[in-house]
Amino acid sequence: MKKELGIFILLLVLCAITAILNPRFLTPVNLQNTARLIGAFGILSLGLGVVIITSGIDLSVGSVMALLGVLLSMAITQWHVPGVVAVLLIIVGGMALGSLHGFLVSKVRIQPFIVTLCGLLFYRGAARFVASDETKGFGNAAGLESLQNLAIGNLFGIPTPFVLLLIASFVMWVLIHRSVYGRYLFAVGNNEDAARYSGINARWIIASAYVVCGALTGLAAVIFAFYTNSVSPSSHGNFFELYGIAAAVLGGCSLRGGEGSVIGILLGTALLQVLQNLVNLLGIPSSLNFAVMGAVILLGVLADQLLKSRKK
Amino acid sequence: MQGISKRFPGVIALNNVSLEVFPGEIVALVGENGAGKSTLMKTLGGIHQPDEGTIQINGETVTISNVNDSMRLGIGFIHQELNVFPNLDVAANVFLGREPVNGGFLRLIDRAKLEAATATLLERLGVDVSPRTQLSELSIAQQQMVEIAKALSLNTRLLIMDEPTSSLTLSETTRLLQVVKDLRAQGVSVIYISHRLGEVTEIADRVVVLRDGANAGTLQRDEITHDRMVTLMVGRALQHVHEPKETSLYPNYFIVENLRTKRYADNAVSFGVGRGEVLGVSGLIGAGRSEVAQALFGVEPALGGRILLDGNELLIKSSQDAIKHGICLIPEDRRHLGLVMDWTIQDNTTLATLTNYAKAGLIDFAAENKVAVEMSQKLRVKAPSVAAKVSQLSGGNQQKVVLAKWLLQKLKVIIFDEPTRGIDIGAKSEIYDLINQLAAEGTAVIVISSDLEEILRISDRVAVMHEGKLTGILPRAECSEEAIMRLAVGSE
Repeated sequence: MKKELGIFILLLVLCAITAILNPRFLTPVNLQNTARLIGAFGILSLGLGVVIITSGIDLSVGSVMALLGVLLSMAITQWHVPGVVAVLLIIVGGMALGSLHGFLVSKVRIQPFIVTLCGLLFYRGAARFVASDETKGFGNAAGLESLQNLAIGNLFGIPTPFVLLLIASFVMWVLIHRSVYGRYLFAVGNNEDAARYSGINARWIIASAYVVCGALTGLAAVIFAFYTNSVSPSSHGNFFELYGIAAAVLGGCSLRGGEGSVIGILLGTALLQVLQNLVNLLGIPSSLNFAVMGAVILLGVLADQLLKSRKK
Repeated sequence: MQGISKRFPGVIALNNVSLEVFPGEIVALVGENGAGKSTLMKTLGGIHQPDEGTIQINGETVTISNVNDSMRLGIGFIHQELNVFPNLDVAANVFLGREPVNGGFLRLIDRAKLEAATATLLERLGVDVSPRTQLSELSIAQQQMVEIAKALSLNTRLLIMDEPTSSLTLSETTRLLQVVKDLRAQGVSVIYISHRLGEVTEIADRVVVLRDGANAGTLQRDEITHDRMVTLMVGRALQHVHEPKETSLYPNYFIVENLRTKRYADNAVSFGVGRGEVLGVSGLIGAGRSEVAQALFGVEPALGGRILLDGNELLIKSSQDAIKHGICLIPEDRRHLGLVMDWTIQDNTTLATLTNYAKAGLIDFAAENKVAVEMSQKLRVKAPSVAAKVSQLSGGNQQKVVLAKWLLQKLKVIIFDEPTRGIDIGAKSEIYDLINQLAAEGTAVIVISSDLEEILRISDRVAVMHEGKLTGILPRAECSEEAIMRLAVGSE
């Protein structure tokens, strides 16, 4: 809990600095925009967090989003699949890819890094091939507004993606911190052998984490596709897996597994998005965007280490 | 060491403890779990700083604030869990971090010098191993010798050995004790921590007994007897009587037929255990006993054979299958297989039965806490609370937590693999009591142990294995150390 408190304070400080240096930070438009992005990225980061808790990793998330995004657009505009059905199919598709990763990791015993690195390359290529390397949009397809509102709409003034994130977070919080399944996730991530020797089906638990991640990736893919309203197969979702991993790690997940919390992941995501916003609002050249993010993550982890050693 | 005290939150680990060791003397340090042996030694190793008291070496007061200080002062440690790099060769392990170099600023490793220096050390210990052998190819006993060689290379004057024989076979133990005696002859002082009082009697010049973090007494060479040590350790005389049960009264309930394991695929093992019976399984390390246990528990499924419980054939392909049928295993390696070391007592206790304290998949934390507290009290786990991490407990208390995990469900067959390895006498007899109690409740109990004293003390019958084969099952009346050893080494 202390870790979460630390990052929460860091988040508040960043917000305060930005607000003081540029009051536009606090305008409803800007806050809404930032919240919208936090919602979309948060859903993605939650999925990665679950996988990281089992001491795994998923590098394929960004490419999966490109592939699913392209498929969503083509399903609706070219194959005339009803919008709601298409959205559900995309989420199921994310789960199917997650199952494949889970199978390769837990049954075939290939390292998660390798499995999902291959995925990162494969799905990107597949997305470009399926789309003939053309940007796919949604045009002005009739009857899509309600679905598009998932990404660009508001609910009582709150951006829909943020509302979706709150719902997803609550579900994940119960699953991770209150359920037997969640306890098993942490057990497997901390000591797979001891879990197995306690009668836990460790392989199944690990595989299921990738499926959960796939479902959340699918949902995030839908939101991002409608948000950008056009999916360029070669650049859509680039680096998104790294945003997710960064948010999870900032939020207290250990890459060694067995550690992490939903609140932490949410705060980590928020911090990253506020940081992006800060770069924009403070007139820092946008080319420095990644550099600022890298530096802040490093500082955050460093501060955490220092606090830890101070305590000892 | 004089008047050493060390307090941890909620516990006084050491209370005014004194210990002295003369050059070329072997001092055995004995005591129950949590008696403070490890904490005392950690103050010598620079891991803990004493709150009070002084440490003197050759009349000079020293401060040991870290591991390097300890090394520089000539103190060497041989831990129970070896600290070796299995992926490196012998020479690299011995001189890791202190490799002789040449080649000027390039600092290339001088292999010739490295290997020669290692060879000299190995010779001094009488070990016939090439400096180029990779550690993973050596037996545990040989790896331990490499650790001793490393300590000697640091000009160690005081060698601290913590349970050095806990994973050694009988002949390896004899060999190690000889090496310790040779070191004494070379003027090295040794602090020897062991729960095996037979060894202590054999090699110690003096025995220092700790109890509850304080000095309980010292025995000079001619005063050292098994009974006197035990009396000092527990503060009372132990009675160890086990009334062997008439095994003919216990028809086989759990039957294993022609079980084959991956390691010994050509050898089939068959035996049976009755309800309420304790079957001891003896044999040398590597005889295939643990493999049989892992097959019965489903973590390394058997290649073939039949397993019958109460007349029904069981299909055991995973630990979930085994648990479903009421079979559980207390594994030998409790730190890696028995427990999640970073977790609390509570979380470890309920790990195998969590679904019993959950509704619709959601954990009822109050119910979970209640059973964990009850179980800890029942097994008398010594800890501030069930929220304490198991990594902070002594070996005996850790083992109790592993047991607690399984005793929360109805068991039909329970398999112990080296249940008291690294556990002291007091906790040992508590574990034995538990084993007897389980048997009395009608559980079929299998106890794998390399400790003959233990096997003889608790078993109703003894099965002996040698290189994957079951060489014999002895009824209680025919059990003796000699009879078991004969079967264990495969001579008949």
